[in-house]
Amino acid sequence: MTGTPLLSVEDVAVDLPTARGNLRAVDRVDLTLGAGRTLGIVGESGCGKTMLSRAILQLLPKKAKLSGRVMFDGQDLARCSAETLRKLRARSLAVVFQDPMTSLNPVLTIGTQLIETLQEHLELDGMAATKRSIELLAAVGIPAPEQRLAQYPHQLSGGMRQRVAIAIALSCEPKLLIADEPTTALDVTIQAQILDLLAREQKRRHMAMIIITHDLGVVAGRTDEVAVMYAGRVVERAPTQALFKHMRMPYTEALLAAIPKLDTAPHTPLPAISGRPPDPTRPLIGCSFAPRCRYAAGRCEAEKPKLAAAETADHLYACFHPIKLAAGVGA
Amino acid sequence: MATLDLVIQEDVTATPVRSTRRLGRLFWAALGWVIFVFAAATLVDVLPLPSPTDMDMLERRAPVSALHWLGTDGFGRDELARLIHGARISLIVGLCAPIIGLTIGGALGMLAGYFRGRFESLVVGSMDVLLAFPPLILALAVTAYLGQSIPNLTFILGVLGIPAFMRVARAATLTLARREFVVAAQALGASHARILLRELLPNVMLPLLAFFLLGVAVTIVAEGALSFLGLGVPPPISSWGSMIGEGRESLDVAPQLAFIPAIAMFLTVLSFNLVGDSLRALTDPRQGAL
Repeated sequence: MTGTPLLSVEDVAVDLPTARGNLRAVDRVDLTLGAGRTLGIVGESGCGKTMLSRAILQLLPKKAKLSGRVMFDGQDLARCSAETLRKLRARSLAVVFQDPMTSLNPVLTIGTQLIETLQEHLELDGMAATKRSIELLAAVGIPAPEQRLAQYPHQLSGGMRQRVAIAIALSCEPKLLIADEPTTALDVTIQAQILDLLAREQKRRHMAMIIITHDLGVVAGRTDEVAVMYAGRVVERAPTQALFKHMRMPYTEALLAAIPKLDTAPHTPLPAISGRPPDPTRPLIGCSFAPRCRYAAGRCEAEKPKLAAAETADHLYACFHPIKLAAGVGA
Repeated sequence: MATLDLVIQEDVTATPVRSTRRLGRLFWAALGWVIFVFAAATLVDVLPLPSPTDMDMLERRAPVSALHWLGTDGFGRDELARLIHGARISLIVGLCAPIIGLTIGGALGMLAGYFRGRFESLVVGSMDVLLAFPPLILALAVTAYLGQSIPNLTFILGVLGIPAFMRVARAATLTLARREFVVAAQALGASHARILLRELLPNVMLPLLAFFLLGVAVTIVAEGALSFLGLGVPPPISSWGSMIGEGRESLDVAPQLAFIPAIAMFLTVLSFNLVGDSLRALTDPRQGAL
């Protein structure tokens, strides 16, 4: 990466006040993403992935408190005025959500939703916007796009709806697309199609993309860099190749082990990660993963390991007992 | 890149199919009655009807005849003419009052449900006050100070309908505002006004319109009740409620004077409810899909 990155998240923390006390959903995260590159954010449910993406988009719940800086294209999103932020979102940010059932407006036709977005952002007239919508729908692989314009979201299948959601997100030519578990609600057979579609459109438009997922398999072939999150913190960050070749953090290893493999014998129990993530309203003093970690020993319980670079400058991890390099698992 | 294009295969048929939904015979009968009442009320001035206020003291409580199709009332006024003029009052009040409720209540409810916070507390609190206020006392107070007239009656019934519309709109907005399409619109840089008008309003409009038709039915009954109590339209103007009220005095000798307007009101209210229900089922594109 050269020059200033497109997006840089600096020391971002998100606090949510709850009835049981303060909940730290995102705990001092640093990330950078260059133009045209892809970052994967991986972690299990409730580890702060979605909150981090909402913090980048400045779409946190009203009660949430954000600290740190979110630099996008030279501007700090956390300190923008509402109007600047709105214009910036309109021009350069877009998001695709997990559930295509709820991310499309159920009472408006596909055409209305697409055409209005186009008219608003690109100031096209009706005819041009309709033409552009048909092109966009065709680009995301929807057959008979002219007829689709008159249809309502409930008349399409889940995969089709997600394609429409992607078309709407792409309509304003964003510089950064955040895909928040874009394939979790879809059939496995459709998952690969949607991911390939995202990758293809990303290359074509040279936009940066953040893929948020709980599935290491999703990020493996499709990202430049991966950040593994646990209990609100980034616990390992590395270029995708390096991560899968020499993972250092026991949590990453455990996540990878929990993916079902085709070559294991039938009825082999899946090596799930035992226990549950720590209660985010009662943060641990030591490493958050220590209670579930099979390497945990000594100071793991008493001190939080810092995210630091080891052998190579771009491979960072937060662990006192990293996995030995030789023990790395091939991707 | 070319290989990637080949992967995309489609999981639905290439040409979309349009489903048609059938409306029952009951719906058409109800719609027919509503249109009939509307037509009669609109055309009342051109129809060859006797005057609804001319009294004929020699023909009091006259039975059905060629001259008076539905007979005459206690003052010898033509019952059919009074019924149709009454329909006009009932429909004007029955439609205008819920429109007041729909507009003000709907707007307040959407704003309260979308912006939340102190504004919501204020709106919900003031609506609770309005709900707790005895409606008859309000009606009495307004008619006592402003006088008995159709606009005043519409105003009272309209204001009384605001809390219900507010609640429907707020409840719908609360659930919708958390949906991801709203967040997606925000992420694409949509303004609050745009989200409220283009994303939320079309969704909130469906339950509101269904509730509106119910409101029409309830208002027609409420107007009848107020007129029955003598708080509605001033005599000698006829309304269904005041006709029932006047017919009450001669229930033993001429029960039709109370029953004819009561049947007209019953059929109209039932029809509005049936039409409202069918239209809601028809225009609801969600079909349990969400």
